[in-house]
Amino acid sequence: MFPRPIQQTSLTAQWMYKLALPVALILWLLPLLGVAMTSVRPAMDLAQGNYFGIPSSFAFENYLDVFRNSDIGSYMLNSFKVTIPTVIGAVALSTMTGFALGIYKFRSNLLVFFLFVAGNFVPFQILMVPVRDLTLDLGMYNTWYGLALFHIAFQTGFCTLFMRNFIKALPFELIEAARVEGVAEWRIFWYIVLPLMRPAIAALSVLIFTFIWNDFFWATVLTTSKETQPITAGLSSLNGQWVAAWHLVSAGSIIAALPPVLMFFLMQKHFIAGLTLGAVK
Amino acid sequence: MVHLKTGALALTAVLLATTAVSAQQRELKYYGDFDPIPLAAMEALIADFEAANPDIDVVFQNFDHEGYKTAIRNFLTADSPDLANWYAGNRMAPFVAAGQFQDVSDVWEANGLSDSLGSAKASMTIDGKQWGVPYTYYQWGIYFNKDAYAAAGVEVPTDWAGFVANCEKFSEVEIDCLTTGTKALWPGAGIFDYINMRTNGYEFHMDLTAGKVEWTDPRVKATFAEWAKIAPFITSNHAAIDWQDAAALLIQGKAANYVMGNFAVGVFKEGGMTNDNLGFMVFPEITPGIPRAEEAPTDTIHIPAGAKNVEDAKTFLAFVASADAQTKLNGAIGQLPTNKNATVDTSDPFLSAGFETLSTAYALAQFFDRDAPAEMAKVGMEGFQEFMVKPDRIDAILERLEKARQRIYN
Amino acid sequence: MSRYWKRNQLRLAPWLFLAPGLAMFAVYVIIPIFQSLSISFYDWDGLGEAVYIGTDNYVELIDDEAFYISLKNNVIWLALYLLAVPAGLFIAIFLNQTVRGIRIYKSLFFFPFVISQVVVGLMFSWFYAPDFGLFYKLIELITGQGIAILAEEDYVTYGIIVAGLWPQIAYVMILYLTGLNNVAPDQVEAARLDGAKGWKMLWYVILPQLRPATFIAVVVTVIGALRSFDLVSIMTDGGPWGSSRVLSFYMYEQALSEYGFRMGYGAAIAVVLFAIMMVFISGFIWKMWRDETER
Repeated sequence: MFPRPIQQTSLTAQWMYKLALPVALILWLLPLLGVAMTSVRPAMDLAQGNYFGIPSSFAFENYLDVFRNSDIGSYMLNSFKVTIPTVIGAVALSTMTGFALGIYKFRSNLLVFFLFVAGNFVPFQILMVPVRDLTLDLGMYNTWYGLALFHIAFQTGFCTLFMRNFIKALPFELIEAARVEGVAEWRIFWYIVLPLMRPAIAALSVLIFTFIWNDFFWATVLTTSKETQPITAGLSSLNGQWVAAWHLVSAGSIIAALPPVLMFFLMQKHFIAGLTLGAVK
Repeated sequence: MVHLKTGALALTAVLLATTAVSAQQRELKYYGDFDPIPLAAMEALIADFEAANPDIDVVFQNFDHEGYKTAIRNFLTADSPDLANWYAGNRMAPFVAAGQFQDVSDVWEANGLSDSLGSAKASMTIDGKQWGVPYTYYQWGIYFNKDAYAAAGVEVPTDWAGFVANCEKFSEVEIDCLTTGTKALWPGAGIFDYINMRTNGYEFHMDLTAGKVEWTDPRVKATFAEWAKIAPFITSNHAAIDWQDAAALLIQGKAANYVMGNFAVGVFKEGGMTNDNLGFMVFPEITPGIPRAEEAPTDTIHIPAGAKNVEDAKTFLAFVASADAQTKLNGAIGQLPTNKNATVDTSDPFLSAGFETLSTAYALAQFFDRDAPAEMAKVGMEGFQEFMVKPDRIDAILERLEKARQRIYN
Repeated sequence: MSRYWKRNQLRLAPWLFLAPGLAMFAVYVIIPIFQSLSISFYDWDGLGEAVYIGTDNYVELIDDEAFYISLKNNVIWLALYLLAVPAGLFIAIFLNQTVRGIRIYKSLFFFPFVISQVVVGLMFSWFYAPDFGLFYKLIELITGQGIAILAEEDYVTYGIIVAGLWPQIAYVMILYLTGLNNVAPDQVEAARLDGAKGWKMLWYVILPQLRPATFIAVVVTVIGALRSFDLVSIMTDGGPWGSSRVLSFYMYEQALSEYGFRMGYGAAIAVVLFAIMMVFISGFIWKMWRDETER
């Protein structure tokens, strides 16, 4: 069950493989392709039961329609308002926590580290009621910053795990040399370690962007109105309005998926580096 | 276009008025959850109110319909407006019990509302006091496709036996006798409410939703026995579709009847139905001689306990209750006024039928999810959905409901 | 002051660096866990006063049919979700070749994972939709009678899990693809010369080298299965008649939905879910602890 490199096999096998690739891909992406097709289908086709045939025309105006007749624009904007500060906040906090846990040896080091790791895995539901109350008490219920603040705090767990492991793999001699020179600790952090962390920061930023953009649960718990809800929650309520209007639902879905997909294709290397850290050691 | 212009003019007028007298104006904060058309109607009502009371400035904030149901719990305690939308019946009971709504019996007293809003009074009353003012309601009943009736060669039934007999005929030509879409659960409750009210009467239905009767009572079983007669003829995938999807089935003639509220008429007509092939009938009598009660969900306005401007809020409630305001508001949204002295657009056959149906009804129910407490409503509606698909599970379902009743009402 | 700082800098610095992150994490994650534990002993509708009722919420839970349905579904989720691990491995091996354009194929196979679960849920709802959905039509073509997956209590959970598996397999695949990059080709060759073939090759030569990737894949899959909320909420809202509920969804429904504001009861459900997850979390932490202290 572990095939030889394809170059070592017969020519027929090579051709078969090259044929199997696109076929497998189409099967794999079938739900996505279906939705993409539906999103450019004129409403008339759907009304006449033409769900899978050739569209009678390409109705790119479905996309315009979605923007014009729904609040999707404002939902998208809210998503950016929540996501970008979260990325900055969580990455900033975790460079520091990661530095502290990766460089210094102190007794409770591992304990604190595993606190972050374990916290990162808990079910959201155990936090839901208290976090909602806290946000209400702070007067931040139904605001983008109330949601972002929670995300920053929660993502710090995962980011710390990531940053700490990354820093741990850096050459420690650099830091020791600096200490011998009498460089202050915060300068070591700022001038020596931080520049070396650039790839980790890039990888984490892309990853957190995707996680937060796609969050649905907290969006429904901490925001309620179209002025504040991010696109995931927005799409869910639009779905309620667009019952049976699958061309609009599809177009809306594609729009909602676009930013993280773009992010992924543009920053692919960083993205995969981020995901697989720790998977291969 | 004309509409837009007058809107803009009105807006300018309001803005001018606001700036002119803002010094002496008292602010009246009002939170609501309107869809676009009712929102425009309510904004017009507010403009009228401000014109009549130039010293009051109504600051209205609109919420998304679903989000409002959660938001109200927060703003009532944290940042209370002077007026807030909600619903009649048991839906307002938790807020009344928690002391979040104010007693407005004096508004009813001073404006003779017990008389003019008589039909809605019972649903606004808890502990002998009134806790808000209703401004609109609408009828439920059976909407049907006349073409489907013609295709099956049957007549519009006059009683329950006739309705059931028709179902056989419809199934022969592969038309669903009754359609519904219970993905969101509530449409199924309309069917239950009617069969129960027609089988056991209004008082029994109210006792049941108030938790005074056991769900395993033989009378409840009798209701489900009637329901079982039509269960096989209900659209089979109803649990996977929304009420609008089911409406499409009626429009296409794949289904003949639909137990629905009057708001569905808009959807039927958008789908191409006209007054010629869309019909409305009152849900047929089941047990002979039982006084006819109807479903009429009522939307209401309340004064929260934390209101700062109670005096003006009461003035606003009195205004909303008046016949003129209700005539205008309901004319714009295509629903029925709760004030019996208000008038209805007689050119709309469904509105006139609804007005006739409700004003001659023995009593009005609010709808299962407003008459029963929220948790009971949820368990109940899941039970109704399950029953329509698996009628043979009736005993297990009723036992589950009974267990829920004992916990929820204790 | 500055002399004190100089002498103790190494001891104080880590705590200063930790302070902001740790404080945020404590306020929003650690403390709420204990607050939830305490709320689970109260009867509270989020409006009035919370009333202490001892273990009543838990007693009620033991006798709650919906709770057991959710629990059962969680087990099904967990078991079937783990199929993502072999499936992801299979696709990774399939794609682990060097032909022209393979990088594009790898990214396209991966990208369901980048899409939000809300969108995935909508896509599969459309796929399963009665009367016109692609899946419904396919079944109709084969058996003559379409099945509305999301309306059948016996199939609905499986239908949702399939939707969840789609991005999860992509995730596992990418973990394994990276792992396969590091598989030593000389070891594979040597094994081949020794006559290792087929399953034996995979089991004795390849998989041991992929152990770190497998560990992470199992961790993220187990967590993902127990966190399943978005898909259930989008695709069925727990229906038909509550048969597709999972604990995370049931908790939300009880505590914060239109039909329930039982914060205490919801918290009790969350505590049970937390306890289940803690079993797995402790396992992971224990393994990581061992790795850390061994080094």
